[in-house]
Amino acid sequence: MSVSTAVRGRPLRIGQGRLSIRLDIRATVTCVVMLATVVGLAVFSMTTGDYPLSASEVVATILGAGPPGAEFIVLELRLPRLLAAILVGGAFGVSGAIMQRLTDNPLGSPDIIGFTMGAATGALSVIVLTGGGMLAVAGGALAGGIVTSVLIYLLAFKQGVQGFRLVLIGIGMSAMLYAANQFLITHASLRDAIAAAAWQVGGLNGRGWEHVEPLAWAMLALLPFAVFFSHRLAILQMGDDAAKALGVRVESTRFVLIMVSVALAAIGTAVAGPIAFVALASPQIARRVTGSPYPGPISAGLMGALLLLASDLTVQHAISDTQLPVGIATGAIGGLYLAWLLAREFRRR
Amino acid sequence: MVGVTNHTRSTFRAGQALGLLVSLAALAFVCALGIWFGSKDIPFASTWDVLWHNDGSRDAVIIHTVRIPRTLLGLLVGAALAMAGALMQALTRNPLAEPGLLGVGAGGAAAVVAAIGFFGISGVSGYVWFAFAGSGIAAVLVYMLGSSGRSGATPDRLIMAGAAVSAVLYALIYAVLLLDPITFNEFRFWNVGSFTGRDMDIIPPLLPFFLIGIVLTLALARPLNAIALGDQTATALGAHIGRTRVLGIIAVTLLCGAATAAIGPVTFVGLAVPYMVRLITGPDQRWVLPYSMIFGPILLIGSDVLGRVINEPQELQVGIVTAFVGAPVFIWLCRRRRVTKL
Repeated sequence: MSVSTAVRGRPLRIGQGRLSIRLDIRATVTCVVMLATVVGLAVFSMTTGDYPLSASEVVATILGAGPPGAEFIVLELRLPRLLAAILVGGAFGVSGAIMQRLTDNPLGSPDIIGFTMGAATGALSVIVLTGGGMLAVAGGALAGGIVTSVLIYLLAFKQGVQGFRLVLIGIGMSAMLYAANQFLITHASLRDAIAAAAWQVGGLNGRGWEHVEPLAWAMLALLPFAVFFSHRLAILQMGDDAAKALGVRVESTRFVLIMVSVALAAIGTAVAGPIAFVALASPQIARRVTGSPYPGPISAGLMGALLLLASDLTVQHAISDTQLPVGIATGAIGGLYLAWLLAREFRRR
Repeated sequence: MVGVTNHTRSTFRAGQALGLLVSLAALAFVCALGIWFGSKDIPFASTWDVLWHNDGSRDAVIIHTVRIPRTLLGLLVGAALAMAGALMQALTRNPLAEPGLLGVGAGGAAAVVAAIGFFGISGVSGYVWFAFAGSGIAAVLVYMLGSSGRSGATPDRLIMAGAAVSAVLYALIYAVLLLDPITFNEFRFWNVGSFTGRDMDIIPPLLPFFLIGIVLTLALARPLNAIALGDQTATALGAHIGRTRVLGIIAVTLLCGAATAAIGPVTFVGLAVPYMVRLITGPDQRWVLPYSMIFGPILLIGSDVLGRVINEPQELQVGIVTAFVGAPVFIWLCRRRRVTKL
């Protein structure tokens, strides 16, 4: 369903065509608009709250010369949470974009094929069995996610990994892990069960630098791979034989892409929990606003960051007296927005 | 040449029919296990005795008020979930589709949360009609969203519409649950999917929905085969695509809504059983649907029996056991066989 749509945009040649890239104008403009919105929301989130600050005061505080008392609020509370929201949303968006295209299926997000479920099992085990703190939970999630993804990849490996088999094996594994999670939740004390449920919804409450720092390094290391290898996705979609004939090393490319997608989902989940719907919806929404049938990692990542940031602002400000986890808002906002996009798109055609 | 193909085709059909008979025998065996095994050891001879003569002894009470209703419910729910899954996968032409995609599971769960949290209802039999109504309303909503516009409800639109509606519903569900621990405490035991506490009383009112759903699904086998060829080819062959979709979605809603109402959400049966069945039968819905109707209950009742004996005297909820029994088989099949797209 995809081959004819692989190439879009106009070529941009520099130096007698020695260096050329394709530029999709609408997608680029949309990305710039999304980036501007992210920046705008970031400024809003840094300046508002129980302790309002002006934008210049915030900048001064970050540079180390702010008003007294602002330092803790800006540097220890608002900034890490803001960065966590942007980075986690971006990680989920990119991860979902790669996986959906690799499997050629809108349901092929890491949510559905088990990677995040493994992370959830790790985290829930820590919460229910050991009652560990936030960092222990993050470690459990990371371990669970990695073990699960390695297991799924090994089980799906049979003279190479076929995208569709990978999804199916992932579904089988995630069914088992889901059952294990349900077992933990029904056998835990009510307090632990609620903590586990809240973790599963996914939240950013109380995330500090100790979460943001590893996340930032991981993103820095992984995103170049995501952007570089995503160009080959269009060729992979033509089928393995055609891709090989065109000179793409199918197996190693797919391996790298799967690993990047998984690693992004795993690190995002470790930090914030498996925030519902971001990985599934971001590429789908990005696809509809950029008008390109397969959104690149950049537009999907920006959309993920935007979605998560807007949702986090909503839970912080709209319902400020309760500390609801952000996953509730991503589900509600993302779901409603996707529904609206669908309704609009359907009516036009 | 023609004679040869006819011959191979009839051998194939004979094989399929024989397979169906063998599976029926397996189902009968599993049902017998479901009545015989349980946390109270009752010898097979006396099980057999009291099965036909309800003499009012303790064993007879256990068998007639606990084990027979459970087995019957397992038959109905297993068949309903597997058939709804097969139907859903055929309608959306997506082998990853499961009935929950229509929003049925989320709708049922939302209604149950409302029943517990806002109407103060407790006890599984009180949730039945809430779950059923919630499932139906969500499915109608998804269909309306997915079918707006001129070209009607195409598979991709239905999937995305279902995902959107489910996401919003789950957001509402968890917002209520996290703010209200008492409701959460009730809900977590409903949400695993379990036969515990379900007795004979809930079967008769739900039976018509199960039966209408099953009959409707079986009647759709031929048009579904046409739909598998793609919308244009199907139209050219004279299939009514719109009508088949609407009827199919009604059937999925009836089957899945009734199943969710009866035992809570059990997702894996609807996803995996049709997939495993297709590995045996190939894509012909006239075989896929009857096979699903038999394999669903085998998995569900078998898992229930296992859940009763594995951890005596406590029992493990069927939703958990189903995944642990079914998933390894599913993974093994996916590894062994050529992966088929629909």
